[in-house]
Amino acid sequence: MSNGKALRHLPVVVSIVVALMLTMLPLPDSADDFRPDWIALILIFWAISVPASYGVGVAWVVGIVLDVTQGTLLGQHALALVAIVYVTAKFHLLMRVFPLLQLTATVFALLSLYQFLLFWSNGVAGVTAPASVYWGPVIVGTLLWPLLYTFLGGVRYRVQAGR
Amino acid sequence: MVASKGNTVARMPALGVRTLVLIVLSIALMYFDHRENHLDTVKGAIGTAMYPLRLVVDAPSRLWDWMSDRTQSRDELQRENDELREENRQTRVRLMRMSALEAENDRLRAMLEARRQVRDDVRVAEIMSVDANPFRHTVILDVGSTEGVYDGQAVMDANGVVGQIIQVSPLSSEAILISDPGHALPVEVNRSGLRTIAYGTGDFGRLDLPGLTNNADIQEGDLLVTSGLGGAFPRGYPVAVVDTIIRIPQNPFADISATPTAGLDRIREIMLVWSQPRTEEPTTSDDAADSDAAEAETESDAEASGDDDE
Repeated sequence: MSNGKALRHLPVVVSIVVALMLTMLPLPDSADDFRPDWIALILIFWAISVPASYGVGVAWVVGIVLDVTQGTLLGQHALALVAIVYVTAKFHLLMRVFPLLQLTATVFALLSLYQFLLFWSNGVAGVTAPASVYWGPVIVGTLLWPLLYTFLGGVRYRVQAGR
Repeated sequence: MVASKGNTVARMPALGVRTLVLIVLSIALMYFDHRENHLDTVKGAIGTAMYPLRLVVDAPSRLWDWMSDRTQSRDELQRENDELREENRQTRVRLMRMSALEAENDRLRAMLEARRQVRDDVRVAEIMSVDANPFRHTVILDVGSTEGVYDGQAVMDANGVVGQIIQVSPLSSEAILISDPGHALPVEVNRSGLRTIAYGTGDFGRLDLPGLTNNADIQEGDLLVTSGLGGAFPRGYPVAVVDTIIRIPQNPFADISATPTAGLDRIREIMLVWSQPRTEEPTTSDDAADSDAAEAETESDAEASGDDDE
């Protein structure tokens, strides 16, 4: 039983680790501005699917790890991730019945909130960056969402992940 | 599905509370990370834990490098070799010049050391903050008793006497400047050996010499040096240059003022002087300084011998 349970958590852990690696992956400078927020997308997905297991606590821990790897202020990404995962978990029942297009629009809003919180905490810390740096990931992340949703949904359906 | 749903609904009120706690925690972390460096160990630990992941991420590019290394053509290698050889040659030339400069630097340092008093041990210290009170001329230095600084120690800069230590704590100390109205410094006129005392005036650029009579052997432009009689200061360091002498016949004493040679209001780095090895007690060094002064002076002066007896 515990073995089966571990197996169910495996896709979540693997997806988060892969997202971390994609975040750390070196990209050419021109593409760097358009790197989607992999972690945010993954956490939104799991918060819609299994909010009881992967809620704000997990989001916070992952955010702290992300802060260390990105060299940002400790707590910046943690704060932003906790906020969007909270919203997602709060409305997860609603979001489950959204058609894909509407869900994608919601994800756009969530990613915007995420970037805004990063922008805000950067401003407080005295780090300035052009606005394009904040919009690129939101747009690319939104475009990727349907693919990601379909793929992870398929995975989850097969192994009943995360329960 | 049903179990999950029930679970979720039961947890719903807690979700807001947990979120709030985590957000406050995040903000607190950001604050402390921004202001202090206490979190460096935590960051280091997480960073170390992430190291394998970094290695994995790094692996593809490393593999690519390795493969391109293997598949490089002979011509390319030859060209790269030539480039490296050229670079090596240039670096060597630069290194040669550098060692010459280093030797020159050593020589200059040695000369500088010789220009100072040979016996005295000198350490450079920095002034931390100047006292804002215009009526009190004190400065805080970034060295303290752990460095061997003691109460009453002489403070100099490159041009002359600055003041003396009045309070010592383990890592910092407070010095009073010679221009402080409450400070008096035993000096002598370098040209004639005439002894007197220079008082601070509260003006960085002026010292008063009220104790000299109208017929004293002193002229404008005379250099005043420490006499070593007070015990705190080693003998022979420049203090001030006599500026104006006003002799009024009906007054017993001349009105003499001098300009300090040290830039009291401009200095940033000062030198602390140990006339004797740092380990000795201040009182012992006082006596030693006095006897040194007496030795140096061939004339047997009543004051000097009186000092020796103390």
